[in-house]
Amino acid sequence: MTTQSIRWFWYASPQTFFPLAGKIARVCTLLAIIFSISGLYVGLFVAPTDATQGEAYRIIFIHVPAAWMSMFLYVVMASWAAVGLAMNTRLSAMMARALAPTGALFTFIALWTGSLWGKPTWGTWWVWDARLTSELILLFLYFGFIALQASIDERRRADRAGAVLAIVGVVNVPIIYYSVQWWNTLHQGASVSFTRAPSMAKTMFLGMILMALAFWMYSIAVAMTRVRCMIAEEER
Amino acid sequence: MGGYAFYVWGSYGVTFALLAVEVVQLLKRKRETQT
Repeated sequence: MTTQSIRWFWYASPQTFFPLAGKIARVCTLLAIIFSISGLYVGLFVAPTDATQGEAYRIIFIHVPAAWMSMFLYVVMASWAAVGLAMNTRLSAMMARALAPTGALFTFIALWTGSLWGKPTWGTWWVWDARLTSELILLFLYFGFIALQASIDERRRADRAGAVLAIVGVVNVPIIYYSVQWWNTLHQGASVSFTRAPSMAKTMFLGMILMALAFWMYSIAVAMTRVRCMIAEEER
Repeated sequence: MGGYAFYVWGSYGVTFALLAVEVVQLLKRKRETQT
């Protein structure tokens, strides 16, 4: 093993990661504040009124970034859980546990804002269609992960059980993403994708990306602070 | 907000209130671990 690869594992120990997590949390907090102020400014003051939905569409600047984060955080959480399960590393399991409440929060926000957007545009708060139902299942998967972890006293066993649940639940993420293509649904298809230009005004797109970056930085800052709390609570 | 104020501010308000609750709870937990 080379010296370079040993450096990689230096931060795998909770004690050595503790100060680094603090630095990351501080930087990301600052970036989250900058991105959210600029994102809110662009979204609420610069982006034009939508031709068909009027001002109601401005929910997009919260709804879409929150929905992206809900899926992205689940994949990251399950990845950390899988690393923890495979390599038996304490910090990986802690990272998975640190991400779960924030992931659940963004899932709830996506559902809440979606409901408030659905009422004026679809005429209903909720429909049991593929996109909404699969996102609700994601919320229950987060709750299940948190509840399962909390119900087992022995830390290592709790982490292993949680990891299995998190890994199995990953199958739901592509189902959410492709649900608007696979099934007939009230929910619109993706306005933004990697393969084509976004089907919206440039300033609308900019506002959405800035808010997504803000939520992303927020999630990292919160997860790092939470993992520091866990290290302080469990490793002493 | 063109008649949609309840829906738009209902979204933004609840979102930032929930994020604030998470931050406050976390800071409280952080303080408790330091004592």
